[in-house]
Amino acid sequence: MAVYRQAVLLDRLLFAVKYAPCQSRGCAVDPRAQYSTAASLNEKTFDKILIANRGEIACRVMKTCKKMGIQTVAVHSDVDSSAVHVKMADEAVCVGPAPTNKSYLNMEAILEAIRHTGAQAVHPGYGFLSENKEFAKRLVADGVTFIGPDTHAIQAMGDKIESKLIAKAAKVNTIPGFDGVVKTAEEAVKIAQQIGYPVMIKASAGGGGKGMRIAWNDEETREGFRFSSQEAASSFGDDRLLIEKYIDNPRHIEIQVLADKHGNALWLNERECSIQRRNQKVVEEAPSTFLDPDTRRAMGEQAVQLAKAVKYSSAGTVEFLVDSKKNFYFLEMNTRLQVEHPITECITGLDLVEQMIRVAKGYRLQHEQKDIPINGWAIESRVYAEDPYKSFGLPSIGRLSQYQEPLNLSNVRVDSGIEEGSDISIYYDPMISKLVTFGSTRAEALARMEDALDSYVIRGVTHNIPLLREIITHPRFISGDISTNFLPEVYPDGFKGHQLDVESRRELLAAAVALYITSQLRSQKILGDLRVSSAPMESSCWELCVELGEGQHHVHVIKSGNVYTVEADGGKVEVCGQWNLASTLLPITVNGADRMLQCLSREASGTLVLQYMGTLFKLQILSKRAAELNSYMPEKVSEDTSSILRSPMPGTVVAVSVKPGDTVAEGQEICVIEAMKMQNSLTAAKPAKVKSVHCKAGETVGEGDLLVELE
Amino acid sequence: MMAAFSVARSSCGLFSGLRVSFRSLAHIKYGAAAAAAASPQTPLPPDCRRYSVSHLSVRERIEQKRKAALIGGGQKRIDAQHKRGKLTARERVELLLDAESFVETDMFVEHRCSDFGMEQDSNKFPGDSVVTGRGRINGRLVYVFSQDFTVFGGSLSGAHAQKICKVMDQAMTVGAPVIGLNDSGGARIQEGVESLAGYADIFLRNVLASGVVPQISLIMGPCAGGAVYSPALTDFTFMVKDTSYLFITGPDVVKSVTNEDVTQEELGGAKTHTTVSGVAHRAFENDVEALLNLREFFNFLPLSNQDPAPVRECHDPSDRLVKSLDTIVPFESTKAYDMLDIIHAIVDERDFFEIMPNYAKNIVVGFARMNGRTVGIVGNQPKVASGCLDINSSVKGARFVRFCDAFNIPIITFVDVPGFLPGTAQEYGGIIRHGAKLLYAYAEATVPKITVITRKAYGGAYDVMSSKHLRGDVNYAWPTAEVAVMGAKGAVQIIFRGKENQAEAEAEYVEKFANPFPAAVRGFVDDIIEPSTTRRKICSDLEVLASKKQVNPWKKHANIPL
Repeated sequence: MAVYRQAVLLDRLLFAVKYAPCQSRGCAVDPRAQYSTAASLNEKTFDKILIANRGEIACRVMKTCKKMGIQTVAVHSDVDSSAVHVKMADEAVCVGPAPTNKSYLNMEAILEAIRHTGAQAVHPGYGFLSENKEFAKRLVADGVTFIGPDTHAIQAMGDKIESKLIAKAAKVNTIPGFDGVVKTAEEAVKIAQQIGYPVMIKASAGGGGKGMRIAWNDEETREGFRFSSQEAASSFGDDRLLIEKYIDNPRHIEIQVLADKHGNALWLNERECSIQRRNQKVVEEAPSTFLDPDTRRAMGEQAVQLAKAVKYSSAGTVEFLVDSKKNFYFLEMNTRLQVEHPITECITGLDLVEQMIRVAKGYRLQHEQKDIPINGWAIESRVYAEDPYKSFGLPSIGRLSQYQEPLNLSNVRVDSGIEEGSDISIYYDPMISKLVTFGSTRAEALARMEDALDSYVIRGVTHNIPLLREIITHPRFISGDISTNFLPEVYPDGFKGHQLDVESRRELLAAAVALYITSQLRSQKILGDLRVSSAPMESSCWELCVELGEGQHHVHVIKSGNVYTVEADGGKVEVCGQWNLASTLLPITVNGADRMLQCLSREASGTLVLQYMGTLFKLQILSKRAAELNSYMPEKVSEDTSSILRSPMPGTVVAVSVKPGDTVAEGQEICVIEAMKMQNSLTAAKPAKVKSVHCKAGETVGEGDLLVELE
Repeated sequence: MMAAFSVARSSCGLFSGLRVSFRSLAHIKYGAAAAAAASPQTPLPPDCRRYSVSHLSVRERIEQKRKAALIGGGQKRIDAQHKRGKLTARERVELLLDAESFVETDMFVEHRCSDFGMEQDSNKFPGDSVVTGRGRINGRLVYVFSQDFTVFGGSLSGAHAQKICKVMDQAMTVGAPVIGLNDSGGARIQEGVESLAGYADIFLRNVLASGVVPQISLIMGPCAGGAVYSPALTDFTFMVKDTSYLFITGPDVVKSVTNEDVTQEELGGAKTHTTVSGVAHRAFENDVEALLNLREFFNFLPLSNQDPAPVRECHDPSDRLVKSLDTIVPFESTKAYDMLDIIHAIVDERDFFEIMPNYAKNIVVGFARMNGRTVGIVGNQPKVASGCLDINSSVKGARFVRFCDAFNIPIITFVDVPGFLPGTAQEYGGIIRHGAKLLYAYAEATVPKITVITRKAYGGAYDVMSSKHLRGDVNYAWPTAEVAVMGAKGAVQIIFRGKENQAEAEAEYVEKFANPFPAAVRGFVDDIIEPSTTRRKICSDLEVLASKKQVNPWKKHANIPL
């Protein structure tokens, strides 16, 4: 893979976003190159900026503001009153109650906050009002600068059809297709044949993948036409249909552009965002393993053409689908700062927020296209508060009882807007942070990501680190063989966590028993003068029985000093470590290799929960005799889950489709739960009569709450 | 002749250390003889006395009795016990104590009943229906009795009671805790009043030992009738889910007297006693889990009232700052939070052994360690009933505080209490009398008392919750603390009765009282501290208070409002 490098001398201004430059653990990249920027300190921009957002992106923007000497104003909802972004800002204004449409989307309140605080400009971050032309318009009317493109560009790129037309006109590759009113099924077939199968049919007005149908032949086209035209008319009141080439196994690669108000525009290389679930990105990297310099340049130049065509200013992203033959097609343009912008910052050394602020003030770009480097490799993992075992991630909520970012590692950047003690609530996006690692090569960046994920302490909510770590260590990902279908292809039966092989299981067993013995020995260490002398067991050799998953393992342990020699499953492992029982992180050495484990709980009953290779494993460790006796203990019958419907996640009940006495068929919808922008339909696991309903529409429910009982 | 040979032949029996049998002793002591005994012609050991040819030698009888004692009611009954998901009395002792630390007493004691055919040899079981002795838990001395359900259903005979009394007496003289593993069908009916006398002997010792050595009961099977009063008198009663019951009278009697239909489980199962009656302090899934947890629990306790609270090696820095606490108390004073979050964050290694976690949940009590030293923690739980004090929570708190005081365990109290729960149910139930227990317990306690007011400390409940006025050693307030006679709304209605602008008056009141200053200016709190420093401060205070000496006026005993 060609790593595109340009030796560029950049003016050094260390821009450390939560970046600890200490401890360089074997990364050859000059850290200055990661965050330095060519800004001139003497440029006057704004005195005060209001950030109309929350969470990590609000904090991210404020960091640059602070660096540039700009006062910051935070807006927040009432539940966010002690959030990190509020504490970080110089001023904060409460703009309403928790629901986003009453606070972060409440234009009136935000405009009032701007007037009240005298902010001269507004940075919208991403999401919320960032691509709302109405908001941008009203700001301009109030004489406040919107840090982003002007309303014309927002509007042009916000409309799917218009944006495609503009793209076509600007000679940007677009997906061959047809958009407009299709009268009959036969007309649809004709169009489909012209484009060539497979084709995708959907209502023009529908967003994302909603109502999308794929047709591989004429018959399927007719069917797709019927569904989509009905839906178009009924759901959107807009008859137009979109029929276009369906790209099988595409990659999602996007180009970051940066333009000023003087007609200059640059492309800042690509970001590979193919790893997605439900159209949401999970792992991103820059550059892409897939692009060669020519393709990159072609994509970059087309992106710039598009930006120029709409007189774009500020930072923006042009998204492309790339097929296996490196044909690329314009998808859409995002007229805002992207979530995954840090990886571009890492490889180019530019501070995108700073550039956005400069451009908004009317300054010219400081760089020319030849100044834009690809320095090394950067990877971003989106750390979410969600359960990856449920369709690759269902939201979870809770209070971060313990939270520690792996900032002790070098070449790690964590963009977050939460801290220990913060609440992850049902009202907002469940993202905990963006964990970014970089290195001079992809392998280096990946290795660092592994370390960083292992050392990331998150307690109190379920998180997706198990999935992230599996992705970045998967052979297909490492070889760069990915597409937007990566997750369903690699995990056709859903994500199941790290699968242990004989060796890694032995390693886990060894670490667990060593920890167990340490804690057992510590129990005997009562300090001070004792009236009745103690008779601790002096032992250096143990026979233990460990239950892990379905299996039982007999383990023989010999301790000498800090070293435990563990015999299990017919093999021998030597572990040593610090064995601090208070620490959440457990750095140990297994057969000479360094490993970072985490201990989540240690109970008197011998139950131990360890995070190993990202995944949580529950083990029960008993002495040989206790295990023998334990076999007499009865299995407790767990409740019959097929007749009980519990909420799989915290959220709001949107609808309850049944009432007591109703008969439901297997798979019939019982109720719908909404959480964090996602609706989930819960269905009956078997045909049955509804016994009782324990929820009603509009109610808030917690994870595991009983919703409906069947007979 | 035959008898002597059988001794010799079976001399190689292997027993685990716990079950040191006479055989293996004999094997060591008389190793030479035993080895020689391989051939039938070998003469008998010189000290092998025989009364007659047809009788067993003493040595043989000793061995036989020990062997009999070890299998209790026999293999069939042991299997039945296992089938019920229960361990035998000896297996339980084995799991509870450190390996090879059990020293058994009274293995030869047998019941003395001669009625109803009980005098037959087949009805005699060496050791009778209880296993007693001493042992170690994590190296620390403990006395144990474990009732053997395989022998007459674990029923209590005079001999059985006598064995228990013996270990209790020894525990008292040495100064070490007593753990009882209860699994008994009740009184030995055949023995009549002798059995009743046995119960009373135990009760008396329970009472005399109370406050001298910790006493713990683990109910691992039935415990009915008068028998229930022994666990009730001990400091802590734990139960095993699904296999243990505690009741005065069983479901049959209940049915015949009150015509109520009730199952054993509903009447006196673990769930009932840990959630409804408050008789038991905690329940565990099964025998193994219960015993392992008991080991863990034991480590928190001092051996007796002569010992200070134990200090275990600690890996958690005593000066650790807990940043998450700075934001834990919500801005809205009506919004709840979880007091357990505060406790877990402050104590060593987030390790908190909660007592009665499912009963009177508006107060949280339990044991933890601060810099290795055992402490008792009491906290109002804003999450449940706003953390108010009612009858059940007062009694739960009072008993816990008194245990800590009796055994030199410092008490740390986290206060967020809106007051006592109003209403007829509470008044008729005697909240005055019961609330007074908690007040009494805190007032009489002479152990180190550290108090942290996290938010509300209203009215009489403020006084009760280890206030400065009740000899609190160190009383802290967080910046979110509000010490006042009552909440703003109620206060305003009284102070400004009839005033037009109630909202303004309320704001004035809040400004004046909804903060820690009124208490701080009077010295009723010693300091207003940043929540994140709470652990550091408490650890350092405890270090100093370890030498606290305070004596209450002499009295025969105090008269707590029972």
